[in-house]
Amino acid sequence: MTALRVLVIAAALIAGWMAIVLIAQPPPYILPGPLAVLAAFADHGGEIARHAVTTAAEILLGMLFGTLFGTASALFMAYCRPARRWLMPVLVISQALPVFALAPLLVLWLGYGMGSKVAMATLIIYFPVTAAFFDGLRRTESGWLDLARIMNGSRLAVLRRVRIPAALPALGSGLRVAAAVAPIGAVVGEWVGSSAGLGYLMLHANARLQIDLMFAALAVLGVLAVALYYAVDAIMNRLTYWQPDTDLLQEGP
Amino acid sequence: MTRQLQLDPISVSVQGARIVYDGAALFDDFDFTLAAGRWTSLLGPSGIGKTTLLRLIAGLADNGAGDAVACDDGRPLAGRVAYMAQQDLLLPWRRAIDNVLLGRDLRGRRGRERADRARALLDQVGLDDKRDALPNQLSSGQRQRVALARTLFEDRPVVLMDEPFSALDALTRMRLQDLAAGLLQGRTVLLVTHDPLEALRLSDTIGVMTGQPATVAAATVPPGVPPRRADDPEVLALQGDLLRRFGAAP
Repeated sequence: MTALRVLVIAAALIAGWMAIVLIAQPPPYILPGPLAVLAAFADHGGEIARHAVTTAAEILLGMLFGTLFGTASALFMAYCRPARRWLMPVLVISQALPVFALAPLLVLWLGYGMGSKVAMATLIIYFPVTAAFFDGLRRTESGWLDLARIMNGSRLAVLRRVRIPAALPALGSGLRVAAAVAPIGAVVGEWVGSSAGLGYLMLHANARLQIDLMFAALAVLGVLAVALYYAVDAIMNRLTYWQPDTDLLQEGP
Repeated sequence: MTRQLQLDPISVSVQGARIVYDGAALFDDFDFTLAAGRWTSLLGPSGIGKTTLLRLIAGLADNGAGDAVACDDGRPLAGRVAYMAQQDLLLPWRRAIDNVLLGRDLRGRRGRERADRARALLDQVGLDDKRDALPNQLSSGQRQRVALARTLFEDRPVVLMDEPFSALDALTRMRLQDLAAGLLQGRTVLLVTHDPLEALRLSDTIGVMTGQPATVAAATVPPGVPPRRADDPEVLALQGDLLRRFGAAP
């Protein structure tokens, strides 16, 4: 169903685009038509695929590290009061400083390769993951904790059996946001300085007025982002199978 | 059933407890005793401190008043209490059987024998066909049955219950009361409730809690062995007495 909807949305966008090109007839270096972009796919297929793999790897590694650091920080903060005091400002700073402003520095330090882009993606998702999971860990139902205490559960056992499972829906919210913003980190990193990736390809094509190629790269980036989001969404839905779906739209009038 | 008889019943007493809440003393030099192996019910209006007392005995009070609790065998009470609340407190991601086994998993002692016992307990509460159901697939009565099985699985000599049946409909409540009365026999039970009929059906001793700071006065218990019939004339007459005592219309 979801896949069908995505296709319908894509078809509608392409149709609208086609209509604009047919009616307004802009020069191809301003807005190429869908057919021109399709031709760019055909001509540069291998090149686009190569750059897409680089960007996808950066995004996925960023997701991985951001999730690892984020969940670890949240657990650390949940169980250690000094950590909460010292880590919270760092967390806020990591979000308050625009990643765009940090990008040149990260490229300077970590080089033109994938490292700086992965760092950027990691940085951009660190806050939503940490904040959401930490929130979840702190809001465990107190009755469950009373029960676990009377059952003589150790702190670690209570964490593993009660607090973490109870916080998974909150972590899921954080990860969904992360999946939506991680591509931003990677692409911004590529714009600032790189020799590979879809962001690099777009910049490069733009400079040479290959706007059709730029659109092709943009389309692939869009597909990557949507696929990542739905993959994360599906994984988290599976992990929180027990959560009742109390969708507002399913309520009666 | 033989397992339950292996337990040595213990009596629990609270002596000289003092709990101040929002500047007002809920308890001051408060004494209360749970007789060994008997069922004690504590009645009283809302907000009088019944739950506070139960939490004090359960070791959940964070105000240092826990020292006031002692057992007749001189050993600490911690680790010898099972707890059942008004909410079933089932973990929604665990199947019924795994909720019964929660205590085992929290204490990190695994074993086939324990899993078998959890299954047997679910049979006893009449849920043999719901072992693998998630809590949200069960009715509130069934969920409270799982909670009862989980309480029994803990196999502790003292069982503390805080209005465990009050969220259920009348018929389900009666059935669960009968079930609990049978399965908890031989343990030292404290039932906090504001339902006089429930207390009269199930208890060996009834305490009525009033005032601030609170005091507990014994109420008359009808003759016969619990669970007593709800339509027993003596039970009904005493229910009328208790209701009048709480200021309800005659």
